Amino acid sequence: MIAKKDIEKLAELARIGLNESEKDKLEKDVNSILDYVGQINTAKVDMSAVSRVGSVKNVMREDVVLNETGENKEVLLNEAPKRECDYVSVKKILGSADNEA
Amino acid sequence: MEIDLNKLDIKTVNKDLREGKYKVLDLARAYLKQIAEVDKDIHAYLEVYSDVENSARAIDERIASGDITPLTGIPFTIKDNILNKGKIASAGSKMLENYHAVYDATVIKKLKEAGALFLGRLNMDEFAMGGSTENSAFGPTKNPHDISRVAGGSSGGSAAAVAMNGALITLGSDTGGSIRQPASYCGVVGLKPTYGAVSRYGLMAMGSSLDQIGPIAKSVTDVEIVFNIIKGKDTNDATTIDENTYTVKNIEGKPIIGIPWKFLEGPGIKLEVLDNFKESVKRFETLGYKVKDISLPNINYSLPVYYVVMPAEVSSNMARFDGVKYGLLKEGKNLLEDYLKTKAEGFGPEVRRRIILGTYVLSAGYYDAYYNKAIALRKLITEDFTNAFKDVDIILTPTAPSPAFKIGEKVTDPLQLYLEDIFTVTANLTGMPAISIPSGFVEIDSTERNNEIKIEKISLPLGIQMTARHGEEKLLFDTGKIFLNEI
Repeated sequence: MIAKKDIEKLAELARIGLNESEKDKLEKDVNSILDYVGQINTAKVDMSAVSRVGSVKNVMREDVVLNETGENKEVLLNEAPKRECDYVSVKKILGSADNEA
Repeated sequence: MEIDLNKLDIKTVNKDLREGKYKVLDLARAYLKQIAEVDKDIHAYLEVYSDVENSARAIDERIASGDITPLTGIPFTIKDNILNKGKIASAGSKMLENYHAVYDATVIKKLKEAGALFLGRLNMDEFAMGGSTENSAFGPTKNPHDISRVAGGSSGGSAAAVAMNGALITLGSDTGGSIRQPASYCGVVGLKPTYGAVSRYGLMAMGSSLDQIGPIAKSVTDVEIVFNIIKGKDTNDATTIDENTYTVKNIEGKPIIGIPWKFLEGPGIKLEVLDNFKESVKRFETLGYKVKDISLPNINYSLPVYYVVMPAEVSSNMARFDGVKYGLLKEGKNLLEDYLKTKAEGFGPEVRRRIILGTYVLSAGYYDAYYNKAIALRKLITEDFTNAFKDVDIILTPTAPSPAFKIGEKVTDPLQLYLEDIFTVTANLTGMPAISIPSGFVEIDSTERNNEIKIEKISLPLGIQMTARHGEEKLLFDTGKIFLNEI
């Protein structure tokens, strides 16, 4: 069972702002879904026997830059919500208690 | 000249263009006219590109110079989460409402090289999360067979556009059934390729181990032609495969069809779906196919496993939308508030729900119980399929447990909607290719239309789904063409 404070903590981790009624709805929905997916807890699986590596293998390529320097700069910066010259502009990250998570 | 859109397919258009029966510009205008007539009721399109006629003229010039390939001049429309450079790609979300793609997806690049004509972008559940296109931030897409019903999702716009003659071919994306289920609801063909067969470069990621782009069309023949052009190894997507990755089995005689009958007896599967499915099985038998009962011991876990693995991957993939590099920014007093407000306003309820769920199953203390358990079960489910494929060549089920449901019917309980994915998620979990083909209709008494109590009989499409071993799309195409009498 997940409680409202857990929803608040998860929303904080995911950086999503929620109002009270949204928190209430999420508490209800998430509990219902967790109840359903919790079925997997009844499945008997020998965890050590199941190889996690499976058939996934790494695919390598040469670490080279293929485009011209600055080729995509304008087009990328144009999409940034806030831009200052050739920089993407963001609010300060360090140094203030306001920013403590 | 009047072009009958109902009579078109890729080969016919190609022949007509070669013979000069009409130009690409005429074809474009025919589709634009059709869209203008029907899309106001269906809302498959989020945007019809303003430069369609110019693009058509350019393709006509190519053809005049002798440059014509099978897909040259073919009218395509793409799901709103596939990047077409310079065009808006919003993934059905306010978060990217005004985002312009900064590069072409590999599939788009390939189709442009082949001379395809792009008409616009199609509605979808926000960030591909949903099974009805009701989660689009821009309104739902209606089913062309009954506009009081959903087109399915998340590629609802893609399936509806084909069904309404608003495009000859569309591209969708499929993470848990998002191509196949709407194809089934709209009575068209939809393919989810083998994982890695089609490059995901330029597809906005939802569940990176599950996603594939695939074609939707009226015939298996057309789906096959498009698949063969868009597939291929891509240096920009390390998860792509080529023809040598999987060994295709050499089948002697007719392929054997396996059906997990026990799984079809579950609750929630509509009687009319089961009846239609049994008729389809009889059809296969009449066509000379041997049908066997198969056992998939862990299949009941596939939906819960999907709804742990997918939200986990979603929570990771959605993290990039923070109002910094692109998309919506809603400002607060400080950076943290920027994030909180941007995500609160940019993401709809379903997206937020899945991010929260994913964050939970990946958090310390729950990671083992949910996520690790789910990925172990995923492997077991895949082994079930591999084992079944020792005795059969195709696994057959209905595509969806019901025909298209009414708009609004399932919005209050997310779990109800999730259960629609019951037959489709396995192909994403195992990475195997799966196709949905139309299998007939169900007659339904529609008792309420426009607030009048009026008994009306309507026909809703149904679909069947075939799954094959990794890399065996050709078997799906060959079998589908026989079932649909396309040969």
